Amino acid sequence: MRLAEHLPVLPILLPLAAAMVLALISEFKRRTKITISVVSAVLQLMVAATLVVQADGVADASPAAVYLLGNWAPPFGIVLLVDRLSALMLLLTSVLALPALVFAIARWDRVGVHFYGLFQLLLVGVNGAFLTNDLFNLFVFFEIMLAASYGLLLHGSGKARVRAGLRYIAVNLVSSSIFLVGVGLIYAASGSLNMADITVATSAMSHNEYTLLQAGAAVLAVAFLVKSAVWPLNFWLPTSYGVAVAPVAAMFSIMTKVGVYSLFRLWAIVVPEENFPGLETEADWLMGLAMLTLFFASLGMLAAQDLRRMAGVSIIASTGILLAGMSLGSPNAWAAALYYLLVSTLAVGGMFLLIDLLERIRQFGADLLAVTVEAFEAEGMVLPEQEEVGVAIPAALAFLGMSFVICGILITGLPPLSGFLAKFSLLVATLNPVEGAVQWWHWLLIALVIGSGLTGVITLLRLGIRLFWVPESHARPHLRIIEAAPVAWLLSLCIVLTVAAGPVMGYLERTVATLSFPHDTARAVLDAAPVPSPEEVR
Amino acid sequence: MELLLAIIIGLLTAAGVFLVLRARSFSVVVGLTLLSYAANLFLFSSGRLMTNAAVVLGAQEQHTDPIPQALVLTAIVIGFAMTAFVIILAMRSRADLGSDHVDGRLPVEEEKPS
Repeated sequence: MRLAEHLPVLPILLPLAAAMVLALISEFKRRTKITISVVSAVLQLMVAATLVVQADGVADASPAAVYLLGNWAPPFGIVLLVDRLSALMLLLTSVLALPALVFAIARWDRVGVHFYGLFQLLLVGVNGAFLTNDLFNLFVFFEIMLAASYGLLLHGSGKARVRAGLRYIAVNLVSSSIFLVGVGLIYAASGSLNMADITVATSAMSHNEYTLLQAGAAVLAVAFLVKSAVWPLNFWLPTSYGVAVAPVAAMFSIMTKVGVYSLFRLWAIVVPEENFPGLETEADWLMGLAMLTLFFASLGMLAAQDLRRMAGVSIIASTGILLAGMSLGSPNAWAAALYYLLVSTLAVGGMFLLIDLLERIRQFGADLLAVTVEAFEAEGMVLPEQEEVGVAIPAALAFLGMSFVICGILITGLPPLSGFLAKFSLLVATLNPVEGAVQWWHWLLIALVIGSGLTGVITLLRLGIRLFWVPESHARPHLRIIEAAPVAWLLSLCIVLTVAAGPVMGYLERTVATLSFPHDTARAVLDAAPVPSPEEVR
Repeated sequence: MELLLAIIIGLLTAAGVFLVLRARSFSVVVGLTLLSYAANLFLFSSGRLMTNAAVVLGAQEQHTDPIPQALVLTAIVIGFAMTAFVIILAMRSRADLGSDHVDGRLPVEEEKPS
């Protein structure tokens, strides 16, 4: 037994084993728990990085690794599939998980019980959803992810969390039922749950079966769209992400991406092989939803009165941009959308961590005062003056300020950082449609993308002025290195993405090349042979 | 039998949606349960309906599809755990927020005694 053969299953097994051990250890042995969690996260990072290298080493459209659970021959049993996209998503998850975990060590793990175990279970669910190639297994991993997220959302307790948690869970339970109905319809039409098998079987289906399959895929897509927070299915998001403790909120920024990723996988099932990648005609409704999402996210951005809500709404905006890029259907647009996915996940994750630090420098009531001053134009209000001669800016405050600016630039997509590159390449792809001329709605999309950036800038300026430039509202910030380092790590990764945009885009273009031939990939998955038993070898 | 099953699923879904929209935690929990029953029955029917057929090959002339039954079993277990969790959370919410409305407080017009 060589370890390399079992690499694809490790992103699921590692956190699962860690979670089981963590559940048994007493809450008082905090140091042991931290050690196990961090070791597990670091190992996952290494495994994911190896998988990315492996996935990039194979020729186009053939999967890097097909892992047969239980060694059943492909259409039977559950298959794990590693290709460039899933390897990349695994890497993104572990790159985000490590700083979130380190950040939690500073203080947030102590406000409730079982933080570390639930955190690892969340990773099991997310990694599993990225890896699996079986529809019902996808449901199971979704449920693991959601169950862990219910616990994590309520971590720390309190009225606001209980209130938001009840809504979050009710919405997700309804969407789970919808998920099951979708899976049932697809199974009824195709007689299989293996996505590769379904993809190949579509070409031989009768018209009736194919219609049933498409209906099933549409129902399933509703469940995915709830997860990825598309308007009008996203009202649960800003409240619930706003009340979660900072490291959990940062991890949640990957959960909407799981929904978008699953839509990418569903794409191959719905669109027949001969007109793949199924250009704008198939994706009209998705484009419409994406544009509406962007529009309402821009409004929500303007309406946001605090940073947490703003960060939550910016997740919705990023979903809008992602789905718009996806439904444009051209390879360039897909590559741009994936690049944007990387940047927005890391930047929003960093933003949630940063907000937690920023909230500490603000004195109680300063927010309310600022709103009152704006609302009543209370110019006459005299704030106590102080000697401002030669006041040194504390290093911690300078760090927070710089991080805030970088985060803002990344999220709103201003030059020169990677957020701008992502949006720019998306706009270029919009102006170069694969078929036909540029339509009016292309221009509308461009206006919405730029407009959402503008509203983001306005909101961040407004909130930033209120936060940093209010006299006498600063408590002197106490930053610990394990709190500053995760933010710095996430933001510097985004800067690395800017500098190394060439190689990253190259990888993404190869990813899209793989995604453009899902039927070839599916055939390769079905051809995977089980490992022969020792008797057969002899 | 197809018609009967379809009517039952439809009724369960309708009742579930109605109860979820009542927005009181007890009825929401019952509604979610009914919705998951509907989904499970629907999943069960996706393997085609048969009477007098075992899920074992060769035991009888006819056999029925075992996979939907396995799926329903898994879905029931998951749904059961989730329901338990929601009930605990609903009780917690009732205790912490002093109201069984999902918003944690009654809408304004309901609050006034009529």
